[in-house]
Amino acid sequence: MSVFTIEAGLALLGLVLLLVEAFKPDIARRTLGLTAIAGTALALVMLLVVRHDTASLPSFMQPWHQLDTLALFYKGFALVITLLVLWLTLECAPYLTRFTVDGKLAEMFSLPLIVCSGMMWMASARDLVTVFVALELVTVSFYVLVAFARKSAFSLEAGVKYLILGALSTGILVYGIAWIYGATGTMSFDGIAKALANPATSKSTALFGAALILCGLGFKVAAAPFHMWVPDVYQGAPTPVTAFLSVGSKAAGFVVLTRALDAFLATGSVISTEIQAFLLVIGSLTVLLGSLPAMFQTSVKRLLAYSSISHAGYLLLALACRETARFDLSSGGIVAFYLATYLPMTVLGFLGLGLMRANGLGEDIKDFTGLAKRNPTLALFMTVSFASLAGLPLTAGFIGKLFVFLGLADHGYWGALSCAVIAAAAGFYYYFKTILAMYTTEGVETTTLTLSTASKAVAGVLAVIILILGVYPKPLQKMLMPASEAVAVK
Amino acid sequence: MSVLEIIIALPLLAALAVWLGAPARAASLGATFVNLALVLYATVQYAAKPAGLAFTNARVVLENPAISFAVGADGVSLILALLTSLVMLAAVWQIEDRPNIFYISSLLIGGGAMGAFLTTDVFFIYAFHELALIPTFLMIALHGRADPAVRKAVAWKATIYLGAGSLVLLAGLVWVVLEFSGGSKLTFDLEALRNQAQLTPLPVAKQAQIFFVLLLGFGTLVSLFPFHSWAAPAYATAPTPVAMLHSGVLKKFGLYGLIRIALPLLPQGAQVEWVQNALLLMLLGNILVMGLVTIHANRLDDTLANSSVMHMGYIFLGLAAGTEIALKGAVLLMFAHGVSIALLFGLCGRMRNQLGTLEYNKLGGLATHAPAFTVLFAFGAFASIGLPGLANFAGEVMVFAGSFTEFKAGELSNLHWTVILALWGVVMSAVYMLRAYRNIFHGSASTGLFMIDPAFSQRLPFILLAATLLVTGCCPWLLLNLMKSAL
Repeated sequence: MSVFTIEAGLALLGLVLLLVEAFKPDIARRTLGLTAIAGTALALVMLLVVRHDTASLPSFMQPWHQLDTLALFYKGFALVITLLVLWLTLECAPYLTRFTVDGKLAEMFSLPLIVCSGMMWMASARDLVTVFVALELVTVSFYVLVAFARKSAFSLEAGVKYLILGALSTGILVYGIAWIYGATGTMSFDGIAKALANPATSKSTALFGAALILCGLGFKVAAAPFHMWVPDVYQGAPTPVTAFLSVGSKAAGFVVLTRALDAFLATGSVISTEIQAFLLVIGSLTVLLGSLPAMFQTSVKRLLAYSSISHAGYLLLALACRETARFDLSSGGIVAFYLATYLPMTVLGFLGLGLMRANGLGEDIKDFTGLAKRNPTLALFMTVSFASLAGLPLTAGFIGKLFVFLGLADHGYWGALSCAVIAAAAGFYYYFKTILAMYTTEGVETTTLTLSTASKAVAGVLAVIILILGVYPKPLQKMLMPASEAVAVK
Repeated sequence: MSVLEIIIALPLLAALAVWLGAPARAASLGATFVNLALVLYATVQYAAKPAGLAFTNARVVLENPAISFAVGADGVSLILALLTSLVMLAAVWQIEDRPNIFYISSLLIGGGAMGAFLTTDVFFIYAFHELALIPTFLMIALHGRADPAVRKAVAWKATIYLGAGSLVLLAGLVWVVLEFSGGSKLTFDLEALRNQAQLTPLPVAKQAQIFFVLLLGFGTLVSLFPFHSWAAPAYATAPTPVAMLHSGVLKKFGLYGLIRIALPLLPQGAQVEWVQNALLLMLLGNILVMGLVTIHANRLDDTLANSSVMHMGYIFLGLAAGTEIALKGAVLLMFAHGVSIALLFGLCGRMRNQLGTLEYNKLGGLATHAPAFTVLFAFGAFASIGLPGLANFAGEVMVFAGSFTEFKAGELSNLHWTVILALWGVVMSAVYMLRAYRNIFHGSASTGLFMIDPAFSQRLPFILLAATLLVTGCCPWLLLNLMKSAL
């Protein structure tokens, strides 16, 4: 049995849940939710026990499906985030159902499974067609999820915006794929890398195609100047979906970017200089356009949206640092590492937000006032999350940023480094503004805020993971850099 | 497992325990007592050991770039650890009728400072300092002693200055790591960086550049003129234990960093003319400009806050001179200043709670009803002036004497001129401290305000600090002998 059966099974489970809900409409919400969660958890366990080697794949799949460390890491990543999102949906259900048409959440439990399956598929993609199909599986499911709270005008607006811009970016991506195919005569990443290393390849054609692909993917990962949709969509979408978009969709975009850039920037590639410069410029713009507007936000959800843009910028800058010979991580490894630190802190942030909303509070910074008095535990966990998002030392967020900064400094990209530092400084401001609000006590009516034991446990585990990764990142680094590849780099 | 790891972990664990619901005062006092005992034990042990780092232990956190949780202490770090544990104990002890967050934040600031002084990995040195800054900022903003709007503004100002300073510092440290790592692997281990610096020193011009970046970064954290304006309002507004711990202990981190990281790695950087001149100008700003500002303060908290900025100038003078005597004097002065300012801020906080005001023209004659309090205050004030027999005197004399070397008649260097000008700072200290002392404790109060001595148990933390001043003032060799090798 090989890994690909897991993702197939997961998609199947999604379909079954969809059908069950359609033909047996009175089924309890909890049953659906728990089945989905159990299925995902089972998949996660199976990912650890089944065969991981490429040889376990049937031979017809091997040309377009691979199982390297990165692929396996992103598969696990997709499962973990799906698991958390499903659970968060269940936790926020009483609140969410107020905005759905029939007071049900059926597809909220089946669609994430299909998204997850798509993300896992994408992590293994070896050619642009597989990427495209998997990406669309993810994106189309998200169109539904974003607009799920149909009675809320914000959610509808978010859905429409996401649909239009998503469709546009898909068009751009396909157009780019066509140009690349025209320039190189192949769809597979290995083939593209080989063709680009050949001086006979038409540089301008390849460059145009590559740039279009990067723009198309730029939409997906919220890179500037294609980030305009993010604040509105993140704010409008139901909070669990926002968390899913912010972590899952972004990770999916970045695994594709990593693969594509490995091809575009392969040794001897005719377009590597231009693409590298493109990445640095886009990355610098993204960190700034994410961080600076975030300073003026009053809604925490919107603030997290801008911060998510800014984090995409750091990731793009990490991708620009090729051949980090003085590290034990490739640039793809640094991106994966960063995303692994980004997952707990972002999910914890949205978790807190969702729980506050479920308790009848708003999403503005002023609604956070006095949270420490209402529920000290939640306030502490949120503090850990925000401190880590800001990049405070001894939290996971700092290590990720440190890798990016060291990489930039090691390559002498001083301009990009200054942008990243400015953005980090701005980040300190807006995250700590929120933390400060939580501990302010003046003028607060002290209704207590209750948390279920499960919420406490999940939030606690996430907070502990953030702290552990912050002081002991070695195992994660080792996981992303198995012995054989470490030797190859040195 | 090294004893230093326990010393670092204890306050942090105590903070966690208090947050989880342990009895706040008992847990905090217990932890800080044990901590002081452990630091004393380590200091005594170290006195019998050869020069160099002792109690070392490293736990690898990342292999490449090489980062490890490495602890180790030499004389300088032990002196500062001693300062930290003393001030932390006093700060926790003097807390009365305050919410638990006062204990938690004091323990976090103290634990963070301890970590910064006792680790030998650049990553953790930096990280622990940041850890200590966060509660400082939050406490000023949340429990400071002014209107919410004012104290938030003060807290933000301090945060922006310190945050910017920290980022400049991070840039400097990353530069150091990139330059001195050597070979194919980045390392944050201070010993490895030092060895590389000795093996292949950088060109002097480059040393000067890096040193200057580090000076700006560390300097902002120590309120080096002209990056000082965050400090005075922050100390005047901060809750008492926070003011004691930040001005007494945490601020010394910047100086410690310069001695620990900048001077050994970039030995010629500080002596390059443009760097030296810039540093001398800035420290004169601290001493003379801030001295005059302090003289014009008419509230006790303003006087103390500004004086604490001013006195940093002397320590920088010791670093600028770079001779062995001056450097050791600077370390001694760091200790002495930390103890004396913590004592003064502690007493000042008590006065504010009891009297409700600290304005000189509303106070007077406190000595009549509070003689013990007056004596304790006198210890702090006179130490701060530099009275012989109290710790600061020994430090200041060593700094001045160590800076005034290589003197030839008729040829005064910039350094010599600086010393001559800086000596006037001592006069200014005497003016403002004696003025404060006279206005508050002698004469009579126009408002009729008065206070009585605190209960004996509440005097103890201050007695502890005052006794430390006296003992180190009379026997400075107790500390000086710990610094076995040249700095």
